Amino acid sequence: MTFFVVLFFSCSKKKSESDHNEIHKVYKDTEENKETEKAKEDAIQQPPFSEGIFPCTACHADLLPNPVRRELTEMHDDISAIFDHDSENRWCLDCHDLKNRDSLKLASGKLLDFKESYKLCGQCHGEKLRDWKVGVHGKRTGEWNGKKEYSLCANCHNPHTPKFKELSPEPPPIRQEDIK
Amino acid sequence: MKKENSRRSFLKNISLATFSALALSGCDMKAIDEFLQQNFRTLSKKEIDEIIKNLEAKYKRKYGKEFHVSAKPAIEGTLFGYALDLSRCIGCRRCVYACVKENNQSREPQIHWIQVLQMEKEKGIDFAHSNVQYNPEKVPEKGHFYLPVQCQQCRNPQCVTVCPVKATWQEPDGIVVVDYNWCIGCRYCMAACPYGARHFNWGEPNVPVEEINTEMHYLGNRPRMKGVVEKCTFCIQRTREGKYPSCVEICPVGARKFGNLLDPDSEVRYILENKRVIVLKQELNTQPKFYYFFGI
Repeated sequence: MTFFVVLFFSCSKKKSESDHNEIHKVYKDTEENKETEKAKEDAIQQPPFSEGIFPCTACHADLLPNPVRRELTEMHDDISAIFDHDSENRWCLDCHDLKNRDSLKLASGKLLDFKESYKLCGQCHGEKLRDWKVGVHGKRTGEWNGKKEYSLCANCHNPHTPKFKELSPEPPPIRQEDIK
Repeated sequence: MKKENSRRSFLKNISLATFSALALSGCDMKAIDEFLQQNFRTLSKKEIDEIIKNLEAKYKRKYGKEFHVSAKPAIEGTLFGYALDLSRCIGCRRCVYACVKENNQSREPQIHWIQVLQMEKEKGIDFAHSNVQYNPEKVPEKGHFYLPVQCQQCRNPQCVTVCPVKATWQEPDGIVVVDYNWCIGCRYCMAACPYGARHFNWGEPNVPVEEINTEMHYLGNRPRMKGVVEKCTFCIQRTREGKYPSCVEICPVGARKFGNLLDPDSEVRYILENKRVIVLKQELNTQPKFYYFFGI
C-alpha cells in the first residue's frame, strides 16, 4: 500500500514539473517576442547636423576629392578651429568617407550611416558603447517599462570636440539666514 | 450606580455641539468632510473616488484650471530603485528645479526636494565639509565632485517608524509617501531621517498658477497645506504611469538611472550587478533603494 502511495506521488510530481517547464518555455517565448517588439518601439534621436550642412554631397558632388591630410582653411574652418579629438593623429577622413560623402566610415572601410554613428565611436570607446547599449552611459527618456528614446553619442558630445562642455549652474537654494 | 454626567458623555456632547455649531454657521460641508476624513489607507475605493472628485473641483475653483488627481495604486511586481552616477554629475542643479516644477513645491517659502552637495575630491564623501551653496560661473569646478541627495526611499524607513499617527508609509512598490491630510506636522520624521530628505511647510505654500502641474497624484504632487511634511516620491504621478521621474529626464549628463529592481533586464539591475555601488550612511541600516555608483 505504502509503495503505491509513494509511486502515485512521485508520478504526479513528475507530471507537474514537466507542466511547469512547458509553461516556462511558453512564457519565455512570449518574453522574447515582447523583447523584439520593444526594440522596434525604441527610437534613437536624429543626428545633430548643423543647419544646411547635410547632405554633404550637395557641395561635395562637384568637388574633386583630395585625400591629402591638411588644415582646412576655406570651408569647415570652424571645425578645424575647435577640433580636439586626438587631433595629433586623426583628421576628417579617418571617420568621413572620401568618396561617399554622405557616409561615415569604419576603420575596416565599411560605410556607415550617420544614424549608426555609435558604431564608429565604439571602435575606440568599446566600454562606453557597451554601457550605452544597456542604458547606463548616456540618457534614456520615455518609459522605464516600455518605449524609450536614446541619444546618439553625438547628441551630447560634439564628435569634433567630444569633451562634455561646462554648464552654468541653476541658482543655489536660499540661505537660512535670508528667509524672511 | 451609573453616573449620568460622565466624562465620556460630556465629550460626546461637546463634540456634537461643536459640530452642529460649525454646520449651522454656514461653514462649507466639504471642508468639514475633509477635516473628518480618515487615513488614506483605510478609505474604500468609493470614498477615494469621492474625495478625488471634490479635490479636483476644489483645485479648479482655486487655480481656474482642469486638474487630474490620480490615486493609482502600485503596479504589481514593481519595486522602484534609483542609481546615480557620481562620476558624471556636474552639479548643474537642473534636477532640483525640474523637480520643483513637476512636483509643485512651494516657491516662496522655498522648498527643494533635491540638494546637490559639492564635495572636495581630496576628502571624498564628507557631509560635514560639503557645500550646497556653491555658485560659480560654470560647473563642474576643478577638484570637486557633486552628490545630489534626495529621499533615499529606504527599505527600513525610520521616518515611517517614528510617525505617531501613521501618516507616512511605504507603498508596495517601495515608495515612501505621505498622506498630507493625516499629517499633524509634528516633524518627528524630519528628525528621524538621516538624509534631510523631508521638508516642512512652515508657511502657506505658494506655486504660481501658470507653472502649476495639473497632472497629480493624491500621495504625490497635489498642492500641500501649511504645516505638513513633504518629500520626494520618485514622481509617483509619473512612474506609476510608466514614465521616468522628471529628474532623470532633465539630467543633461545622463547621470540618473531609474527602474524596477525586480526586473532583471532593467538598467538599475545592470548597475547593481556590474558597477561598484554605494548607499549613503550604510551603517544606519536604513537600506536605501537609492544607489550611487561610479560609471567610469
